[in-house]
Amino acid sequence: MENAIDTGTTAWILMSASLVLLMTPGLALFYGGMARSKSVLNMMMMSYGALGVVGVIYVLWGWSMSYSSESILGIVGNPLTYFGLADTITDSAGNYIVSDGLPTIVDVGFQVTFAMITVALISGAIADRARFGTWLVFAGLWATFAYFPMAHMVWGGGLLSDEGPFGSIAAPIDFAGGTVVHINAGVAALVLALVIGARKGFGKIGMKPHNLPLVMTGAGLLWFGWFGFNAGSAYAADGVAGLAWVNTTTATAAAMLGWLLVERFRDGHATSLGAASGIVAGLVAITPAAGGVSPVGAIPLGLIAGALSALAVGLKYRFGYDDSLDVVGVHLVSGLWGTVALGFLATETGLFYGGDFSQLAVQILIALVALVFSGVVTLVIALLLKVTMGWRVDEDVEVAGIDQGVHAESAYDFTGGGRLAASGTTRESVPAPSTTTSEEARA
Amino acid sequence: MKLVTAVIKPHQLEEVKEALEAYGISGMTVSEASGYGRQRGHSEIYRGAEYTVDFVPKLRVEVLVEDMDSTSVVDVIVKAASTGRIGDGKVWVVPVEEVARVRTGERGVAAI
Repeated sequence: MENAIDTGTTAWILMSASLVLLMTPGLALFYGGMARSKSVLNMMMMSYGALGVVGVIYVLWGWSMSYSSESILGIVGNPLTYFGLADTITDSAGNYIVSDGLPTIVDVGFQVTFAMITVALISGAIADRARFGTWLVFAGLWATFAYFPMAHMVWGGGLLSDEGPFGSIAAPIDFAGGTVVHINAGVAALVLALVIGARKGFGKIGMKPHNLPLVMTGAGLLWFGWFGFNAGSAYAADGVAGLAWVNTTTATAAAMLGWLLVERFRDGHATSLGAASGIVAGLVAITPAAGGVSPVGAIPLGLIAGALSALAVGLKYRFGYDDSLDVVGVHLVSGLWGTVALGFLATETGLFYGGDFSQLAVQILIALVALVFSGVVTLVIALLLKVTMGWRVDEDVEVAGIDQGVHAESAYDFTGGGRLAASGTTRESVPAPSTTTSEEARA
Repeated sequence: MKLVTAVIKPHQLEEVKEALEAYGISGMTVSEASGYGRQRGHSEIYRGAEYTVDFVPKLRVEVLVEDMDSTSVVDVIVKAASTGRIGDGKVWVVPVEEVARVRTGERGVAAI
């Protein structure tokens, strides 16, 4: 045992892990409400599918690839070091392995939830049209070849950490996942949208959100869960966690206002979808910065994130890529902004706080590496799956609704029940009328 | 016998129902409908993308009446459904050849 368990820290990280886990069902609501009524279940199932796949592979090789001390070129950890969480839970004497007061197995629990939500985020780009099996395989491959390496590079002592080549200029700052989570998922979303192609009728027929109250509920759950994401990333129940909590709330509030202001001046109306979207943009932008800026600094950071993302969501119509639920406009744009904004707003080293350009330069560099790395890896996986499994459901399934075609369900029942098919057991359990008839005949 | 069909604004349903009850009509069928007339639709904005929503939600109220009641029932519905603003809807009457009550098998006016 390296040192004693800090119960305060351990309790808070267990709580934070649970909060972050809730973000993925929250995201399912957020995305599901924005989908059309004929595809809401598939939209939600892509998030739940990510929970399933990542939850399994993380304990097998995910943790080891992210945090193995045997780094392969600073890019990824050796998947075999801690395969199946070997040498991760207890030491040879049977004591729980503890690092900085936190049992490592608790850290595993915390980290797996980040990997789950990151994969789930991508699904917003491919609403209504992707084969579910292909998505599940993609989830496993992408987590393995894009997420775990990014986590290793930034948090596992790899290329983008203090110990990497940029560390000599300034220590890169990514408090809770601006590069690992949001730039990573945002780029992947763009690549997938391009590889898979637009929905039939994209840009011509209306595809408006079918249930905004679901979207608002999802945004609320995401905000709540994000306290685990950001304040939990302090890895202690201390002042930094408190700072991250307040920054998360302030930036998010400001981003909501920023988005609504753009809408009011551009479209004439402040919308509920704009409020929910601004909330998420703010949460994204403050993620890398939650422990590194002041609450007053979090205000412009959030405000600009909300405004930038509100302006960016229109780009897909101009360039013709069907990023259905705006993962690029929200996560990539606000993720880039939050990561780069640290160059100005970091209280220790930012330009506005007397620092030189070195922090800004490093922040831009890590953002670029994340962009290129995720872009290339995602493109390879996406194309590989396109030629092997195929990405698109049949066109008639897409038109009629992917919920019925792929999952054999419909989200909303307006007709009252339906009738059980003949193969059901119910028909056999009902006494056959012929019995009565034959008895009557005997009588 | 006549079938009186009215397409009305959804929030006028209670007024129409009460007015028909007061007149002595004992039943009706209401279904959700959508459509447009001179009112046309409206526009909605989602993440900056403007949508024109042409089909506005309405309710379709159907009432079976005796021949002599049809004109009065139309009057009752028009009065109750009116808000004076565009989009109040329409009422029309068509002849009905036969009506049967499912439970008793009664036919014609007795089944109304």
